[in-house]
Amino acid sequence: MAYKTLFIAAVAATAFAGAAQARDQIRIVGSSTVFPYTQAVAEEFANSTGKKAPVVESTGTGGGMKIFCQGVGVQHPDLTGASRAMKKSEQELCKKNGVTSITEVLLGYDGLSFATSRKGADMNVTKPQLFLALAAEVPVNGKIVKNPYTKWSEIDRSLPDTKIQVFGPPPTSGTRDAWVELVMEEGCATFDAVKALDKQKHKEVCQRMRQDGPFIEAGENDNLIVQRLEADSSAYGIFGFSFLYENKDKLKGARVAGVEPSFETIETGDYKISRPLFFYIKNAHRGVIPGLTEFVSEYVSEKSMGPGGYLSERGLVPLGGDKRKEVQQNALQSKQMARHAM
Amino acid sequence: MTSTIMTQPTAAETRLGWESAEVRRRIRRRHAANRRLRLYGIAAICTAIGLLATLVVSLVLLGSPAFVQTKLDMPVLLNAQHVDPAQPARGNYRAIVRSSFLSLFPEGAAMSPRDQRALFRILSNGAPLAVRDHVVANPGDLGKTVTLSVPLSDPFDQLNKGKIRRDLPENRRTVTDRQLAWFDHLDAQGLISMPFNWAMFFNSDSRFPELAGMAGALVGSFYALMVCFLISFPVGIAAAIYLEEFAPRNRWTDVIEVNVNNLAAVPSIVFGLLGLAVFLNFFNMPRSAPLVGGMVLSLMTLPTIIIVTRAALKAVPPSIREAALGVGASKHQVTLHHVLPLAMPGILTGTIIGMAQALGETAPLLLIGMNAFIVEPPGGILEPATALPTQIFIWADSPERGFAARTAGGILVLLGFLVMMNMVAVWLRKRFERRW
Repeated sequence: MAYKTLFIAAVAATAFAGAAQARDQIRIVGSSTVFPYTQAVAEEFANSTGKKAPVVESTGTGGGMKIFCQGVGVQHPDLTGASRAMKKSEQELCKKNGVTSITEVLLGYDGLSFATSRKGADMNVTKPQLFLALAAEVPVNGKIVKNPYTKWSEIDRSLPDTKIQVFGPPPTSGTRDAWVELVMEEGCATFDAVKALDKQKHKEVCQRMRQDGPFIEAGENDNLIVQRLEADSSAYGIFGFSFLYENKDKLKGARVAGVEPSFETIETGDYKISRPLFFYIKNAHRGVIPGLTEFVSEYVSEKSMGPGGYLSERGLVPLGGDKRKEVQQNALQSKQMARHAM
Repeated sequence: MTSTIMTQPTAAETRLGWESAEVRRRIRRRHAANRRLRLYGIAAICTAIGLLATLVVSLVLLGSPAFVQTKLDMPVLLNAQHVDPAQPARGNYRAIVRSSFLSLFPEGAAMSPRDQRALFRILSNGAPLAVRDHVVANPGDLGKTVTLSVPLSDPFDQLNKGKIRRDLPENRRTVTDRQLAWFDHLDAQGLISMPFNWAMFFNSDSRFPELAGMAGALVGSFYALMVCFLISFPVGIAAAIYLEEFAPRNRWTDVIEVNVNNLAAVPSIVFGLLGLAVFLNFFNMPRSAPLVGGMVLSLMTLPTIIIVTRAALKAVPPSIREAALGVGASKHQVTLHHVLPLAMPGILTGTIIGMAQALGETAPLLLIGMNAFIVEPPGGILEPATALPTQIFIWADSPERGFAARTAGGILVLLGFLVMMNMVAVWLRKRFERRW
C-alpha cells in the first residue's frame, strides 16, 4: 500500500512539472564578473520594493548568451550579464530564436589587475612588455618568432630577474577575453613588425597566449589564483580588481605604465586595464514578467550605478555623467541595440 | 609400511630438521614478513586518519569563525516619524539606524557627509532590516528606545575576529585608521559582542557575508532529496524485485544487469548533461528547480539502489520462499509479505548511503542551474533553489573575506549531515540486521 502511494506521488510530480507555469520572478544569467553587481541590485530591489528577488545565475558570458538567446517565453531568462559586448554570431542566434528586441546597457567599467604577493618584487610594467611576456609569438628584431623569453629581465632590464610565471583565466572566461583585448592586442599593435602583417596573421599573433609553460590557465575561480600567489612570491596573477582590493593585505597590484590600480585611478581612466560591463534586456519580457521594468530602473538608477552608488562599493567603476544619462535613458525606453547591423 | 617411512626420512628432511639453522631462519623470515604486513596496514591506516584529521582540522580552523558573528548592541530610538504605523514594513529604517548610530559618537552630528559615509560602513546593510523585523514584530515599541543587536559589516567582523591585522599600514587594510578608532570607541563602551551566528542557518544567501546563510540551500537540498527518494526508491525496488524474483535468466536480463552495473559507475556530470538536454531543453522544465535536481540525482542513485536491493533480496535464504510457497502463497505474496520485509533493513541502509552521496553531489546541479543567487528559501519543488554543495561552490567564488570562512563552515554543515545519514544507516543495520 505504502509503495503504491509513493509510486503515484512520484508519477504525479513528474507529470505536473511537464506543464510550463507562469513565473513571478525575474531570471538572470550571464557573466561571473557582472554577477556580484546583479546580485547587489537583486537584493536591493527585493528589499526596497518587497517583490520577490530575481534569481541570478553565474554561467559565464558565453554560456549566458546561449541561454538568453534560446527564445522568448517564461522558461527563458529575461536578462544576461556580459563582460564584453554581444557578438554578431550571438545576436544572430537570438534573432533565429525570435529574440529580436534587445536593449544593451553599458553598466560601467571593471578594472583588471596584474598582481603578485606582498613578498614579491615591485613591478612597473607596460602593455607591450606584458604582450612580450605572455604571447605565443612575438616580434624579435623585426621578425615574428616563437616566444623566447623565460625571465622578466630578458624583456627589459628594469623588470625583476625572476622567471615569468603568470596564472590567468581560461579561454571560456570573459576576463580572458578582456585581457586579450585590452592588454595583448593593444600591446601587440605597438610593434612595427606586427603592423606589417596581414589581417589574419595580425589577429593570430596578437590574440594567442603562449602554451609553453609561463602562462598557466588556472580555472575560473579567482580565489584559487590568490592562494597560489600567496604560496609563490615570484608568480603573478590576472583577475578582477575586486579580488585585489579584498586581499590587499596579501597582494599588491603591478603598476601599469606607472599607474597603480585603485578605485580612483580606474575611475579617472589613468589605469589603463579596465573593461566595459554590459547587461542585455529581452524587451519582449517587459510587462510580462512582473517587476522586470522596475528592476531595470533600479539597476540603472543613480544610487546603484552612479558615482558613490552601491555598485561602486563592490568595485564597479561608474560611467561619466553624459554617457551615463544616455545609457539610463536607453535602458528605460527599451531602445533597440545597434551594435551589429542586422 | 608406515614404520619404514618414519624410520627412514628422506635426505632433505634429515638436512632440514626443525632444529636446523636453515629452518629457524625461514621461520624468522616468515614471522618478520607477518610483522611487516601488519606494520604496512597500520601505516596505511595512520596515513588515512592523518589525512582525514588534516582535512577536518583545517576546515574547523577555517570555518569556525563563520559560526559566530560580531554584533553591536545598539540603543535604537524608534522614531515614529520615519514609520507609518499602518505599514510598519515600509518605514525608513535606514534613517532610524543612522541617527541612532551617529548619536553613539560625541562628534557624530558634526561629521562631514564623507566621514559619515565611512562611519556607516561599520554597520551591515542588514542593520535596518533587523530593526524593521523588530518593529513589525513589536509595533508597540514605536517611539521608544530599545537596545537591538545588529550585525556589523564584514570588514569589521573580520577585524574583531583578528583576521585583519591592525599593525599593517593603512593602505593594506580594508579598514582605515579612523574607522579603527571608531570601532575601538564602540568596543570600549562594551557594545561589541560576538554571539552564535544563527543567521548561518536561518538566513538565505546574500551578497553580504555577514547576512548570508544556508537556509535556502538546506530547504533546496531537502526538496531535491525528497524528489530523488520518491523516484529512485520505488523504481529501484521494483526493478530489483523484477530482476531478482521474476526475470528469466537470458541474454536480455544479462544485458540489463551489465548496464545497471555500468550506470552506477558513470560520472555524475553525465547525468547533469542528460538532465540539461532532456528535462530542461526538451521537456521545458524550469531551470534551477529542486524537482529537476531531484530527478537528475535519482538517475544517479537509481543504479546504486537497484544493486543494493538485489543483494539484500539475494541474502534472504531460499528456504523462506520455499516455505511460503509450500503453504500456498502466490509468488507476489511471497515477495511482498516475506522476502521484501526481510530484505528491508539492507535496502534502507543502501538507500540512505545512496542519498548521502546525492546530497554531496555538485556537478549535475551546476548544469541545471541550481547554482543561482537566490535570496529566499524555495516554497516548493518548482521554485528556483540552490543545494548545499552548490551554495558552497558560490561562496568559494566570492571575493569578500567573510565568504572564505562561510565556505569552510558550509562544508562542515554538509559533512555533519553526511555523518548523520551514515550513522542512521549503521544504526539501522545494527538494529534490524538478521543473520541466517
